[in-house]
Amino acid sequence: MTVNRAIGGTGNWLDERFRGAKGLRAVFKKLYPDHWTFLLGEIALYSFIILVLTGTFLTFFFKPSMTEVVYHGNYLKLDGLHMSEAYASTLNISFDVRGGLLMRQIHHWAADLFLAAIMVHMIRVFFTGAYRKPREVNWLIGIVLFTLGLIEGLFGYSLPDDLLSGAGLRILQGVIQSIPIVGTYGSYFLFGGQYPGHSIIPRMYILHVLLIPGLFAALIGAHIFIMYHQKHTQMPGKGRTNKNVVGAPAFPYFAAKTTALFLFVFAVVTLAGTFAQINPIWLYGPYNPLAISAGSQPDFYMGMLEGALRVMPAWQWVVFGHTFAFNVFIPGLLPLGFIFTAAALWPFIEQWITGDKTEHHINDRPRNAPTRTALGLAVIAFYGVLWAEGANDLIAQHLDISLYTVTWIARIAVIVVPILTYIIAKRVCLGLQRKDIHLMEHGVETGIIRQLPNGEFIEETRPLDDERLAKIARPEPLELPAGTTEAAAEEVPPPGMRGGIGRVKARLNKIVTETVPMNGHGANGHGPNGHGEHAAIGSGDRDQGEGDGGSDHHG
Amino acid sequence: MTDPTAGHQGGDHERDGDPSAGPEPRDGAEEPREPRYRVIGTPSPAAARTMLAAPHPGTPGGPPEPRPRELPAEPDDPARAKRAERIVAACFLIAFLAGLGFIAAYVIFPVHSIQRVVNSNLALGLTLSLVFLGLAAGAVFWVRNVMPWVVLTEARKPLRSSEEDRAAFQETFQQGTEASQFVKRPLLRRTLIAATVPVAVAPILLLRDLGPLPRKTLDHTVWRDGMRLLNYGINRPIRPADFSSPGGMITVVPDGFQDDFNALAKAACIIIKFGPNQLEFTSKSSPVDGKVVENWTVDNIVAYSKICTHVGCPAALYEQTTHHILCPCHQSTFDATRGAKVIFGPATRALPQLPMTVDAQGFLVAKHDFTEPVGPSFWERGPST
Repeated sequence: MTVNRAIGGTGNWLDERFRGAKGLRAVFKKLYPDHWTFLLGEIALYSFIILVLTGTFLTFFFKPSMTEVVYHGNYLKLDGLHMSEAYASTLNISFDVRGGLLMRQIHHWAADLFLAAIMVHMIRVFFTGAYRKPREVNWLIGIVLFTLGLIEGLFGYSLPDDLLSGAGLRILQGVIQSIPIVGTYGSYFLFGGQYPGHSIIPRMYILHVLLIPGLFAALIGAHIFIMYHQKHTQMPGKGRTNKNVVGAPAFPYFAAKTTALFLFVFAVVTLAGTFAQINPIWLYGPYNPLAISAGSQPDFYMGMLEGALRVMPAWQWVVFGHTFAFNVFIPGLLPLGFIFTAAALWPFIEQWITGDKTEHHINDRPRNAPTRTALGLAVIAFYGVLWAEGANDLIAQHLDISLYTVTWIARIAVIVVPILTYIIAKRVCLGLQRKDIHLMEHGVETGIIRQLPNGEFIEETRPLDDERLAKIARPEPLELPAGTTEAAAEEVPPPGMRGGIGRVKARLNKIVTETVPMNGHGANGHGPNGHGEHAAIGSGDRDQGEGDGGSDHHG
Repeated sequence: MTDPTAGHQGGDHERDGDPSAGPEPRDGAEEPREPRYRVIGTPSPAAARTMLAAPHPGTPGGPPEPRPRELPAEPDDPARAKRAERIVAACFLIAFLAGLGFIAAYVIFPVHSIQRVVNSNLALGLTLSLVFLGLAAGAVFWVRNVMPWVVLTEARKPLRSSEEDRAAFQETFQQGTEASQFVKRPLLRRTLIAATVPVAVAPILLLRDLGPLPRKTLDHTVWRDGMRLLNYGINRPIRPADFSSPGGMITVVPDGFQDDFNALAKAACIIIKFGPNQLEFTSKSSPVDGKVVENWTVDNIVAYSKICTHVGCPAALYEQTTHHILCPCHQSTFDATRGAKVIFGPATRALPQLPMTVDAQGFLVAKHDFTEPVGPSFWERGPST
């Protein structure tokens, strides 16, 4: 093999100093499974890199100061107005620095994309069960990254000290102040005294450009290192097992593809920054605690908190002279706190319920875990209702219905819609499983009807090819903890299933593992003896299915 | 479930019909290595490890036979690759030209006015987008159509270490622990732990001076007896006679604090003039002694705190026909004719009323400060009114 002289020379020079040939070869040869949903996390990563690049540019010109100045810049509509240096310098970036506006807009779009990509990535990981052992730690790191992203975004769009973001800060302050016992102190320490004070912008600035990005860098590094070390999961498919990785090597395939994705992400946010105006702070004006504009909306990732504040009924207690402002701190802390806590605990709850302590490297299709999928969709519905309620004034305006009606609908929907979503999603998943089983048992319809000599008409079907069969086949069912099956109900339950908690566990197990049993057509080759391991749901269909299959064979 | 070793399917090189050209079976981390023999006196094979030199593979004393190829060197369909090559080159050329365009746009388009910024933003953004798009599209075409297609399989080993490694680690850890004497000498251990406890609170302690303690500062505003209400913006005092007819809402601020945001964030008020008998209240029982009834309105003009009792946004929208004050942040709605009572939304308390009277010159002035804390609720706020 001939290697370019310069590269060979450099390689030699480096290897004689670092002994890297073996390690680097392994890095180059590492296989990366392919699926379009695997790009979501990469989009988040590349948005972060773009944020660091554009953000660094912005720091050269931004002045994180609340010192009052009189503006005499080139945006003449605000000439002579009193404003903070932060706001004035943001005007300066927008109107007097070449490329400044573009960088600001790319930065803002990239921030929105960053959080959107994290959300969708997290949803993908959840619904495919990619958080299961051994990837629980990476799941937790991801939740921390998401939380940090929300704070980082909030701080970022608050820095220009414009009227819109100032209203957001005021709301933040009101929520902090409402927290029982520590709230007032928390607010005074964060804002350096009474609202608005003169400290919040410089404090948010240093958190926004140093502390949180530093945490990001460390946690993203850990996230990627763990992914690399554990190897990526793969979607079910032909030749893919829990004990192999099927994909293309890092060098040159994955390296080239992921670089292309980075460039695409950069292109998309640059196009957005060019053509789609975002956060035109000069239109909002400088912050003033006496002013507000109607229809104020935060960035999309804060919409859910905004909606929670709007949907909450007025509820407050005063006990022994102390105020419990449930109307503020419940919507401010509970919905997101619940979602993040539940998400963080779920992998361990699921393990506890199913007793599944094995490694999983093949992703689930969402329909094959109906309860998980239904729960996830219910949470998304809960989030979605609150998110929409965050724009209740705009909904009321555009649909021409009363604002209060919109809020009342949301108050009911926030409870009803998630429950309905859960029920419907679970049924849909089980239905899709039946469809898969039907496909496996009967094959694909060919549209050919044949008449038999005895006059009977039969429909001809073609069996699925291996590739499709492997894709829809369910992974090997778990070795379920004894005592959860119906056959075992009369037996003495094992120690883990005895007592009150054990019974709860057995019950939950039944719910979580509810699936339509397969008839041994899976690629895993487990035979028809496997029947009855699961709850009896759909057993009638199965019998019927076997009957149909039988007549086919006779034909 | 297939056997793990069966995963090494040499024929995974999918589009290639010739199985002999298939990639070498791969084995995760541990490569089976042929032992290297070296005849004394012959040149060292060390040179073969540099990427430069592979002079005589397979010859006696030389380096071992090269490994079979894992990746094909040539694309599956040369004609298609040739076409794709042209497209890739065109993409890169577009990126190159767009890059030049970006430099030119930076030099040509000035900023410093709205229209110029619009032009500059468009030129810079468009060229920069084209650079990235050209590069990205070229790279994708390259990977998909010029590079030979491969799908390889490698084994995935369980993450749990082998029993041997775990036992060895345990030994090492055990010996290290013993050598450190940490377990054997409780005095060392306990004093070490004790030493770290006080310093652990240092970071929290050091944050104490981030702000002053709240004390009673949230209970009061800057309003004082006789302080004039200024029409915010033009900053002029207001006479009741200035209202020719009942109507809209005016934002007022305390005289002397019209530019002090820290004061205004609590003290800002709205005043509304009503027609006769529209106000369903004209007076309020003073919380000072509970019985004395004071009149806080002047000539059907009433003043309320502008700071929403929900989370502190300015309650800035007023609907004249219904007399509703609406906070645009979370839509708490207050009835201005009935002491700004909450009629919808998440706020729990009415907007506090500012006691008003007129001074000797006939201007609206405050009677005294609000009799309850304004703005959002807080733990120490005390009884609700």
